[in-house]
Amino acid sequence: MSTALAAALATAAHRGAAAALRAPKLEVAGMSKRFGSLQALDKVDLLVRPGTVHALLGENGAGKSTLVKCIMGFYRADEGSVVLDDREVAIASPRDARALGIGMVYQHFTLVPSLTGAENLVIARADTPLVIDWRRERERLEAFLARMPLQVPLDRRAGELAAGEKQKLELLKLLYLDQRFLILDEPTSVLTPDEALEVLGFVRRMAREGAVSVLLITHKFREVQAFADEVTILRRGRRVGGGAVGELSTDTMAALMVGERQTAPGSRGDRAPGPPGPVALELAGLVAEGDRGALALDGVNLEVRAREIVGVAGVSGNGQKELVECLFGQRPLRDGRIFVKGEPFEPTREAFARFALRGLPEQPLENAAVRRLTVAENLALRSFDRPPLARGIWLDRKAIRARAKELIERYRIRPPDPDTPLEFLSGGNVQRTVLARELSEPVEVLVVANPCFGLDFASTADIRAEILAQRDRGAAVLLISEDLDEILELADRILVLSAGKIVHAVERAAADRTAIGRHMAGH
Amino acid sequence: MSESELAIVLGAMVGGAIRVSTPFLFVALGEMLTERGGRINLGLEGILVLGAMGAYAVSYHTGSPWLGVAAAAGCGLALGLLHGLLCSLPRVNDIAIGIALMMLGTGLAFFFGKPYIQPTAERLPSIPLGGWIEDPRLARALEVNPLFLLGVLLAVFLYWALGRTRPGLVLRVTGDSTAAARALGIPVTPVRVLATAIGGAMAGIGGAFLSLYYPGSWNEGLSSGQGLMAVALVIFARWHPLRCLWAALLFGAAGAIGPALQSIGISQGYYFFNAAPYVLTLLVMIASARSGRARIDAPGELALVR
Repeated sequence: MSTALAAALATAAHRGAAAALRAPKLEVAGMSKRFGSLQALDKVDLLVRPGTVHALLGENGAGKSTLVKCIMGFYRADEGSVVLDDREVAIASPRDARALGIGMVYQHFTLVPSLTGAENLVIARADTPLVIDWRRERERLEAFLARMPLQVPLDRRAGELAAGEKQKLELLKLLYLDQRFLILDEPTSVLTPDEALEVLGFVRRMAREGAVSVLLITHKFREVQAFADEVTILRRGRRVGGGAVGELSTDTMAALMVGERQTAPGSRGDRAPGPPGPVALELAGLVAEGDRGALALDGVNLEVRAREIVGVAGVSGNGQKELVECLFGQRPLRDGRIFVKGEPFEPTREAFARFALRGLPEQPLENAAVRRLTVAENLALRSFDRPPLARGIWLDRKAIRARAKELIERYRIRPPDPDTPLEFLSGGNVQRTVLARELSEPVEVLVVANPCFGLDFASTADIRAEILAQRDRGAAVLLISEDLDEILELADRILVLSAGKIVHAVERAAADRTAIGRHMAGH
Repeated sequence: MSESELAIVLGAMVGGAIRVSTPFLFVALGEMLTERGGRINLGLEGILVLGAMGAYAVSYHTGSPWLGVAAAAGCGLALGLLHGLLCSLPRVNDIAIGIALMMLGTGLAFFFGKPYIQPTAERLPSIPLGGWIEDPRLARALEVNPLFLLGVLLAVFLYWALGRTRPGLVLRVTGDSTAAARALGIPVTPVRVLATAIGGAMAGIGGAFLSLYYPGSWNEGLSSGQGLMAVALVIFARWHPLRCLWAALLFGAAGAIGPALQSIGISQGYYFFNAAPYVLTLLVMIASARSGRARIDAPGELALVR
C-alpha cells in the first residue's frame, strides 16, 4: 500500500516537473494492429524525447497513419501501450488524447470553412462559454498571438485562407488549446517550400524552447534532415531502423524505407531518344472560372511538342484542377482556344478519338471512370461503340472481356478479374486501369495530373515508366503535378502555374529548385 | 390616382407587406435554422398547414388564440422531430422525407380539419399602430399583428445567437462540416434533429397566423405554397436571419400589390398581381443560381449545394 502511494506521489511530482518543462515524453511499446489479413502494425516501438522533433518516415502503406491513429484513439491497438511522461495512459478516443494534451494536425484540415479564424479557435476550446463575449475573447486571442511568431488573419473565413494559412491556423489552434504533444501528418504536402520552411521552422523552434514535443509524419528526406532530431523508419508495419538524424545518411534512410528496390523510378538521366518534334498541343490564352466564380485560369499559354514532357508545377489550388478539367471538357472555357496539331480542338468524344488526345486526370475514380461498372466495362469506355467491341448497336461482351483480360495482364491490374466493380479496386489499381484504357490505342497527346498521388513505390515506378515510354514513342505529354520531385524527374521542360498564370518556364537542365519554389509561392 | 389614393395604396402596401410576410418570416426562419444545421426540410409546407388547422381547432375549443399558437408550435415541433429522426437513419434522404412530410402534414390537416371549416374560432388581436390617422381605411391598413413583432424579435435573437453563443457556433459547425464537428466532439445527429424540430415549431407558428389572423379562418386552400417559397427565400437571404426578415417583407410586399390596388377600386389584373410572389420566387431562384455569393454562404453539408 505504502509503496503504491509512494509511486503515485513520485509520479505526481514528476508530472509537476514535466508540466513546468511543458514538453512531454511519449513512448509507444510493442504496438500491433491487424485489419483482417493485413498486419498493419507489428510490435512497433517509438520514443519521442521531450522537446524534440521526431520524424516518422515510411512509404505509403508502411503503417505511419495506423500508428498515429492508434496513439490518437481513432483505432484501438490489438497490443501495446502508450506511455506519457512515464505513466501508461489509456486513449480510447480523440477526446481522451486531447485531454492528455496530444493534438494532431491532419492532412485534410479540420477547420470549419464558414467560420472566421477567431470563431474556429474559440469553438475548439473545451470550455466555450454559453454566451460569447467577443471583446474579451479577442483580447485573449490577440494576447496569445502576440507571443507567437506565426500570424494568421482572425477575421477572414477559414475557407478563404490559403493552404499555408490554414495549416498555421491549425497549429495555432493546438497551441491555443495548450496541447503540448503535436502530431503533424505530412504537413508540407500542400505548402510552398517557403511556407513549409516557416511552419516547420516554427515547430522546431518551439521544440527547442522545450514548449512542445513533435511527431512529424513525412516521406521527404529533406524535411527529416532539416527539421528532425531523431527518426523512426517504418516499413510494412515494422520498425526497420532509426536513431539520431545526424548519424543516418539519406542513402541509409532510403534503403531502410524502400527495402531492396532502391533506384528512384524514372531516373534523371532518362532523356528522350531524339529532339522534340513539332508543336502538338497548344493552349492559347485559356480563361476559366473556378467553382466559386472567381477566375481560376487567367490567360494560360503553353505549348507541348511531340516527344516532349512539359511539367506544370504549382501548389494545389492555383488552377491545376481547372486546367485539366478544361482540357477534358468538364469545365467551360470563358476565353481562349485549345489547338491540337494546329487545328482547333473542342472536347467532344469524336475529337478525343480523332486527335488521339488521352489522359489521366487526378482522382480517376471520380473524373475518368464509373465506379459501379466493372473493370472490363471501364476499360471499354473509350471504344465500346466501335468495332471490334461493337457490332452495329450491339456490344460484343465477349470481345470486351477478352480485351480487358489482355490489358489486365499487361498492366498488372489486381485483382485480375474483369468482372469486379471498379470501386472495389485499390487506388493504384484504379489508376492502372484508367491508364491502361487511355493507352490501349496509339496516343498523340497525353495529359496526366498527379498520376502517382497516394500510390506505393511499385505502382509509382510502373506509371512513371509508362509516361516516359509514351514520350519516347512520340507523344506530347503534359504533366500537371503538385509533387515537384516528380516533375523534376520526368519533365523535359518545367512551367510554374501560380494564381492561374504561367509565371515561370525553364528547361530541365537549368532548373533550380529554389527558384521554382519561389515562383510557386507567387514571388 | 389622387394624392390620398396614393397614400392609401402605399399604406395598404406596407400593412399588406407586414401581414403577408408574417408566415413567410416564420417558415423562413425555421428553414434557415434547419439548413444551418446541414439538412433541408421541404416538409415545412405540410407543417404550415397542420399548424394552421391545429391552431384553429384549439382556439375554437378553448377560446384562447394564444393556446392555438402554442398548439401550432407543438404540431410543428412534432413533425420537425419526425423529420429529424427519420433523416438520422442510414441512407435516408432529407429531401425525399421532406416531400413525404409535406403530404403527411396536409393530409392530416385536411382529415382532422373537416369539422372546423364552418365554425368561427377566436382570432388573434391586432395592435393598431395607425390609430392616430383619420382616414379609417389607412388606419385599418396599418394594424400590426403581434406575431409579426414576435417574428422580428425572433430574427434578431437568432442573429445574435448564431454569432455570439456556443449553441449558435455549434450549429454552424455542424452544418458546415460534419468531419470538423466530429473532431470537436459535437454530437452531430442530435444537433441536427434539434435544429429541425425547433425549425418545425417556427413553421407551425407561421401556420397559426394564417388561420387565426389573416385570412383568419380555416379551409383547405389556406396555404398557397408559402412553405415551399420560404425555401427560395432562405437562399435569397443567404442563410442570414436579418436578411430573412427583409426578404420576407419583400415577398410580402409583392403579395400585397393586388389587394392594395383593389382597396382603391383597381381590380384589373388582380389575379396577375396576385401571381407576383410566385414570379418573384422564380426570379430569385434564377438570380441566386447565378451568383457565386450564395454558394459561398451556403452551409457546406447542405444537399442542395453539394
